[in-house]
Amino acid sequence: MSRKQGRLAARFKQLAAEGRAGLVTFITAGDPNREISSAIIEGLPGAGADIIELGMPFTDPMADGPAIQASSIRALDAGQNMNVTLAMVKSFREKDDDTPIVLMGYYNPIYIYGVERFSEDAANAGVDGLIIVDIPPEEDAELRIPANKAGIDLVRLTTPTSDEQRLPALMGGASGFIYYVSIAGITGTKSAATSNVADAITRIRKFSDLPIAVGFGIKTPEQAAEIARVADAAVVGSAIVQVIADNVENNARTKGAPDLRESVLKFVSELAQGVRTARS
Amino acid sequence: MTRISNEKPNSFKALPDSDGHFGIYGGRYVAETLMPLILSVEKAYEEAQADPAFQAELDEYLKHYVGRPSPLYHARRLSDHLGGAKIYFKRDELNHTGAHKINNTMGQILLARRMGKERIIAETGAGQHGVATATVCALFGMKCIVYMGETDIARQAPNVFRMKLLGAEVVPVTSGSGTLKDAMNEALRDWVSNVDDTYYIIGTAAGPHPYPAMVRNFQKIIGEEVRQQMTEAEGRLPDSLVACIGGGSNAIGLFYDFLDDEDVTIYAVEAAGKGIETGEHAASLSAGGPGVLHGNRTYLLQDEDGQITEAHSISAGLDYPGIGPEHSWLHDSGRVNYVPITDDEALDAFQLCTQLEGIIPALEPSHALAYVGKLAPTLPKDHLLVMNMCGRGDKDVFTVAEALGVTL
Repeated sequence: MSRKQGRLAARFKQLAAEGRAGLVTFITAGDPNREISSAIIEGLPGAGADIIELGMPFTDPMADGPAIQASSIRALDAGQNMNVTLAMVKSFREKDDDTPIVLMGYYNPIYIYGVERFSEDAANAGVDGLIIVDIPPEEDAELRIPANKAGIDLVRLTTPTSDEQRLPALMGGASGFIYYVSIAGITGTKSAATSNVADAITRIRKFSDLPIAVGFGIKTPEQAAEIARVADAAVVGSAIVQVIADNVENNARTKGAPDLRESVLKFVSELAQGVRTARS
Repeated sequence: MTRISNEKPNSFKALPDSDGHFGIYGGRYVAETLMPLILSVEKAYEEAQADPAFQAELDEYLKHYVGRPSPLYHARRLSDHLGGAKIYFKRDELNHTGAHKINNTMGQILLARRMGKERIIAETGAGQHGVATATVCALFGMKCIVYMGETDIARQAPNVFRMKLLGAEVVPVTSGSGTLKDAMNEALRDWVSNVDDTYYIIGTAAGPHPYPAMVRNFQKIIGEEVRQQMTEAEGRLPDSLVACIGGGSNAIGLFYDFLDDEDVTIYAVEAAGKGIETGEHAASLSAGGPGVLHGNRTYLLQDEDGQITEAHSISAGLDYPGIGPEHSWLHDSGRVNYVPITDDEALDAFQLCTQLEGIIPALEPSHALAYVGKLAPTLPKDHLLVMNMCGRGDKDVFTVAEALGVTL
């Protein structure tokens, strides 16, 4: 079941027409629980998120730093699982049929769900793309083929260690957009120098016409703006997740739910402001 | 592509394929940042394998530093006590540092040196691999960082101190249950953050290709020695082999050379913790299913959502919710019999061996011993059984004392 035009392609086309980069916001689905998480997701487009990246929590997030590790544990402790994540996407889609949703996570929960069934259920729920951290191109055919067949893009990751010999292999089979991991490391730690990111984007463009989103280590509206000057989109994850963590610590889970949602959306709107004014 | 087949292969020693697959198991499920590094480890290892000077250097260290070959010892009193098979111990606990782990760390440190790496990281559960890594790092003057779960740090204090004496930095890991799985996550996070100067010495026959095959190849000397020693002692091959299995490096080390000898029956003993039925165990083959974790597809303890569940074993070295991918394949192909042994059974075997043979075994091979205790009495007296005594038990005396209610 392929769609007439994918939401991701449409969104990047629209961003290009507006002459600006996009903001991709990451939160973990179900953090700190399903209700608050759904409320945050529904507010993200209004706060300025152009693409929603939704984490599928996993017990052993090897590529993630402390903030996203903790968010996975909060979500799992609150009962999050793959069925609930897909149901959250489905209910979002009933209200918003334009904002692309990309699921991010690790392969095992998808493998256990069953790749064929997952691809169909995710497409039906309204998922547009997948970012799977621990399945490099050498292994990804078993997921990429059924996902593409269902109309879902498998977003390929490139990193500072992806040299010109490796890039062609990374681009073969890539769709949706290219995710440039701007540092060699885990999420939410170091930040890359913008000049290095610009060089990497030039290198990647030699091998692909797909839009390039840049993530890892982008924590402030200023950093997001810098990346937005050189890339097609800036991804912010750990810094948003940290806002949730800070509010949870202030007992938000029991009485401060609206505050938590507002805190997150306020931060997202600041990031969006940075991204939207970056090239003006 | 991988193939799933019930047909018996022509050889059980032909895998992995060029991409590191053992049937559907194995592979390279790592972050893209690590892929160029994993590929360079594979290339460097292939070049080292083809270089006689590399093997000669390794052989030299194994002989004069590690103390190989380790003896093959006829355990007469245990054999008489059990009243069946003639039991031999492969004495890998007599290696320098007290376990089989150094066979592998010696091989990998020589590879890391060839690659020009200066900083070594490792994960450890019981601490034996951490000690073996810290030892070779001291020997070659390399920086050593060992990730160890805080639960394991508490129950393996002697090994933690040994690592520190050897100059290693021991980093406590507090995430998850603070055991081997969490230490491996943290080591992978370190590696992805330090790709330029760091080599990761994985301690068991698991992880992304080429590690499962490479660790196996560094450990297969155990079985090769047994073949020669048993032929000298008895004029024939053993009838059965028994080894404990966590990740499975000592087991594959003993088994590999015999995989194509059809008359050799092979048993691998998983940690059943408090009993498979309690859910508190580390028996990924007996009670888990295929999944993807730590760079490879293999049997894992997991729930219906694909979340990894905690393993439980009195033995820190077996306390891991996965297993090396080659074992998953050997399990499915039926070549190796995987059997469970509980904490209590292992504790009984620990004491029996100590009293009858004057050998204090580690809690890991105590699991293998406990299975020998069940198996040997059912076998005739001319049945030759080899058990891998893969580690000595000095490190475990505190844990055993506590389990037996003794205050030291």
